[in-house]
Amino acid sequence: MNARDALLAAASEAILVKDGPYGTAIQACALSADDYGGSLGLEAEQKGNNDLLNLTQPGVVRSICDSYIAAGARLLATNTFNANRISQADYGAEHLTGAINHAAARIVREATDAATARDGVRRFVAGAVGPTNKTLSLSPRVEDPGYREVSFDAMAAVYREQCEALIEGGADFILIETVFDTLNCKAAIAAVREVERDLGRYVPMMISLTLTDLSGRNLSGHTVEAFWHSVRHARPVAVGLNCSFGAEQLRPHVQLLSGIVDALLLVYPNAGLPNDLGQYDEAPHTTAALIEPWVQAGQVNIVGGCCGSTAAHIAAIAEMVRAVTPRPLRTLAPALRLAGLEPFTLAA
Amino acid sequence: MSALFDTGEALPRGHVAEAARPATGRGTPAGDRSARFVNIGERTNVTGSARFKKLILAGDYTAAVEVAREQVAGGAQIIDVNMDEGLLDAEEAMTTFLRLIGAEPDIARIPVMVDSSRWEVIEAGLKCVSGKPIANSISLKEGEQAFLAQARICLDLGAAVVVMAFDEEGQADTRARKADICTRAYALLTGIGFPPEDIIFDPNIFAVATGMEEHDRYALEFIEACRDIKERCPHARISGGLSNLSFSFRGNETVRRAMHSVFLYHAIPAGLDMAIVNAGQMDVYDTIDRHLRDACEDVILCRRPDATERLIALAESYKGAGEHTAKAEAEWRSLTVAQRLEHALVKGIDTFIVADTEEARQAAARPIEVIEGPLMDGMNTVGDLFGSGKMFLPQVVKSARVMKKAVAHLIPFIEAEKDRLAPEDRRSKGRIVMATVKGDVHDIGKNIVGVVLQCNGYEVIDLGVMVPWPQILDAAREHRADMIGLSGLITPSLDEMVTVAQEMEKAGMSLPLLIGGATTSKVHTALRIDGAYSGPVVHVLDASRAVGVASRLLSKTQRSAFVAETATEYQEVRDKRQGKGHSPLLPLADARANGFAADPALKPPPPARPGRHVFADWPLDDLREAIDWTPFFRAWELHGTFPAILDDPVVGASARSLFDDARVMLDEIVSGKWLTARGVCGFWPARREGDDVVVDGGTRLAFLRQQVSKSRGRANYCLADFVDAQDDWLGGFAVGMHGLEPHLARFRSAHDDYRDILLKALADRLAEAFAERLHQHVRTRLWGYAPDEALSNDALIREEYSGIRPAPGYPACPDHSLKPVLFDLLGAEEHAGLSLTESFAMLPTSAVSGFYFAHPQAEYFGVARIGRDQLEDYAARRAVALAQAERWLRPNLD
Repeated sequence: MNARDALLAAASEAILVKDGPYGTAIQACALSADDYGGSLGLEAEQKGNNDLLNLTQPGVVRSICDSYIAAGARLLATNTFNANRISQADYGAEHLTGAINHAAARIVREATDAATARDGVRRFVAGAVGPTNKTLSLSPRVEDPGYREVSFDAMAAVYREQCEALIEGGADFILIETVFDTLNCKAAIAAVREVERDLGRYVPMMISLTLTDLSGRNLSGHTVEAFWHSVRHARPVAVGLNCSFGAEQLRPHVQLLSGIVDALLLVYPNAGLPNDLGQYDEAPHTTAALIEPWVQAGQVNIVGGCCGSTAAHIAAIAEMVRAVTPRPLRTLAPALRLAGLEPFTLAA
Repeated sequence: MSALFDTGEALPRGHVAEAARPATGRGTPAGDRSARFVNIGERTNVTGSARFKKLILAGDYTAAVEVAREQVAGGAQIIDVNMDEGLLDAEEAMTTFLRLIGAEPDIARIPVMVDSSRWEVIEAGLKCVSGKPIANSISLKEGEQAFLAQARICLDLGAAVVVMAFDEEGQADTRARKADICTRAYALLTGIGFPPEDIIFDPNIFAVATGMEEHDRYALEFIEACRDIKERCPHARISGGLSNLSFSFRGNETVRRAMHSVFLYHAIPAGLDMAIVNAGQMDVYDTIDRHLRDACEDVILCRRPDATERLIALAESYKGAGEHTAKAEAEWRSLTVAQRLEHALVKGIDTFIVADTEEARQAAARPIEVIEGPLMDGMNTVGDLFGSGKMFLPQVVKSARVMKKAVAHLIPFIEAEKDRLAPEDRRSKGRIVMATVKGDVHDIGKNIVGVVLQCNGYEVIDLGVMVPWPQILDAAREHRADMIGLSGLITPSLDEMVTVAQEMEKAGMSLPLLIGGATTSKVHTALRIDGAYSGPVVHVLDASRAVGVASRLLSKTQRSAFVAETATEYQEVRDKRQGKGHSPLLPLADARANGFAADPALKPPPPARPGRHVFADWPLDDLREAIDWTPFFRAWELHGTFPAILDDPVVGASARSLFDDARVMLDEIVSGKWLTARGVCGFWPARREGDDVVVDGGTRLAFLRQQVSKSRGRANYCLADFVDAQDDWLGGFAVGMHGLEPHLARFRSAHDDYRDILLKALADRLAEAFAERLHQHVRTRLWGYAPDEALSNDALIREEYSGIRPAPGYPACPDHSLKPVLFDLLGAEEHAGLSLTESFAMLPTSAVSGFYFAHPQAEYFGVARIGRDQLEDYAARRAVALAQAERWLRPNLD
């Protein structure tokens, strides 16, 4: 069974658990600049280049991945949030982009395969693709709203390089996550389509939006529903929300999205909001308790954690979703669904 | 960036006092409507708009963006962008323009149609659009391979697509070719997985009446092809460019508009879903002169061989609009008397109504027959047109005026006949007692609902304003009313409505209770009123819903289902509310700790002229210039932004006619000195103490602080934050329009609801304009903190000035009970003749009051929900009992 069908089959029986973040988990390891740089001999200081660890400290990455597997996660993402040419250029490591992604996918593939060999439970690898630090919809120059730092085609090429390496390294899905700019996401979707044609195989996508204000819009100004209209052509196997705020603030938006998408619903919120020191101090059982109402209301299919979540959070979530009926997959009546920043539907 | 979208914080200029305001906000999200027919704006198309082309060729993109904005404000649901002009680099122009409008949230909110005959331009355009756009267009012109390659790119880029009925042979001009090409394209597209609902066919609208016989059937073939395509291609949509149709009548706007309207009238039922239209180039089908309409219909439906010649001949007489009107007018005067009465009612013309009614009376056996016959028939037509969205409120109110005048003429004859049954008794569909509740003086909305109900055959017993509950209950008993309708505009009226409901319950009544007015809502009705009364309670959103609600409540067959349905709906509202956790509130101390810290370096200077300033008679012609017209149209349930609303394809004609009448009345108001604008303002030394501002002789103004937990970086605002702890100043003002009464009495005695409502609505606008002008005078002269400010009226309406003037009872300062404190400070009663009701509504009704905060960082915000801790704190600061404070602040409490 291909990964998409297997995931759908698994999601029809249970609420699936996604892993937690790499960023805050790696921070907790307190690695030195030398640990980061390893023996690659890069000129620039690499401290903070978490994606490079896939090459220089594969054991650290693997142990984080294993901790999430042990906590009960069945959807495991790669440590590649910034493993794209644009972000790596900040570290002078852009020539390593392909290798980083390939290695990252292999680490998670091996970890999940080893676990499956032990217990026979199928697990899934999501190749994580971040938004980059450039935006296609907005001008960085206040006085020149028509200016763009990067073109759609250039952005699509960046995504394409990353996605191709992730798939070749063994990822089952491409997870376009933390989408703050809808047009960036559309460039990523177009890139995945090209990868499919290049590799001659189907590459299923997952898409996760991040909201930048409580009224429910992302940075490019799209409402949750307008965003869904704008990316539905990807026919994602799962769509949802991550990061943004804590679970509590995400609640109304999860409810809205759950009612309108004909895909699995994926949510992985932060462990609350950071405190004054920038640390996340929401306790695992608190996060799980905040997610529980959505789970009980049949609004989600896949839940996990973003910034601040630890393996303990994932374990608490896994415990909470055990034996709960998952959200049934819904179908949508055909209608012309367009969008500006707001949705527009011409119903039948 | 996020502040741009933070709709919960920045409020539009809402501290307007007194206009009947419907519950809907400014932009109704298009997605909430299942649009029946979609207008695609064409003014951002260089091939369709000479003005836009000129701007783009000149590189004036700033003005070009404004064209897009006007179009969106005017009601376009999608905007078409086309840069196909030989002198342009179309790809460059397309991407530049799309990026620029993408940066304008009020334009970018609606979808874009990327329109070009060149594929490269479309592809480049699609890559700049962040929502889900439409690509317009692709076709089989260059064969299947190119067609599918382009379709795949649209699919990858997430665009719906317009497919032209064009193949290797050329453009389809017959029904069969159009349908065949579309069917073939449909099969190809769905074959590669293109979603059928994202396919929009353009089966080519060609010019008719060109003088060439082979063009005669073009429109008809299009209409018939629509039916075939819809049948053969499930879920697909049909669009077209309308202006081609009337190409041979360039320069003759009357005929072009008529042709477009007639075409749409027939093509929409056949399956046309959307069209690229010039909003200004359309008429309402029923309002087109009958001769012209018939001639257009002959051409479009190809009904006779000489149709073109006849339309061309007729078109001659429409060159020049003046002739047109005179001719149409002369024509209707030659109709039969029954037809003339109907025409007068539908068009709202009262010039000949008494003479025509008299003529009908002389011809009738009994005077009552004139009412029961032609007049009621005419009003039924009006009711039907309004119900089907072909007429709008101002026209209906004019029709009612005509009806009332006719009836007034007949009453003496009916009485002389000793016909003891009043005419209404014979034909009335039901009787409703209506009132604006105690403490409230606003009645524009209530009067509009009354007129609409009367037009539809209901008898309305209007008890007026400030009506205490015993009088409402007595009137309902005395008149054996079928329903009671309550109205109110200010928030304390919500409580008074609950009282009326409780008293109805105690009195053992069971008749339906209708609730309406600007601050009422379905949620409040369900939570507070429905629970207080066991009879049916229904919230009526606006006047257009009133008839539907009344007729269902009085229908033997529909009543119980409707009552049950409404009760269930309200129960759901209550259940939802119950289960709904609110966003968390901060403890008051934490909210205060997160208050806004105004920059002391920006503190405004002391007023140039402190103390009190009285204005006994501000010039009306000055206020006239400062009117903000958009809310005026909203009071009449015409939605859209001024001036774009005047060209709106749907309500434009109505809006223009209303605007003309308003300007005529303004001339009378100014030249006849009907009204007196009296106002007072003052500035007092002030200092901040916590959330209080203490002024002058120790008067303490307690303000409320936002307690809802804020996202990163946003403060929990309180008005006191804008005043310094020492050596600062606060201002206040109250203005009102005096002298309406004699004119209103005159209109009432002439049975002229239209002018009655018009004058009240204009007085409201003048009071607002007065507040605007006075604030400007304060900024530049009296306080003088912005002596060099030079802003246009539009800029004033957009609030591009420094400082704010929040009003008690509005979101930043929601407690109406601060008004008496403000009035005392100002001596508003003595100096401006303004007083307050027990619910703190201002008299005269057209009045505005508020505080002046001059700090440049002061901004409007909404206090929204507050916690018990702040309620208790507030009660202590105001030195009132907790229950009293609770009553005042109820709308802000959970």
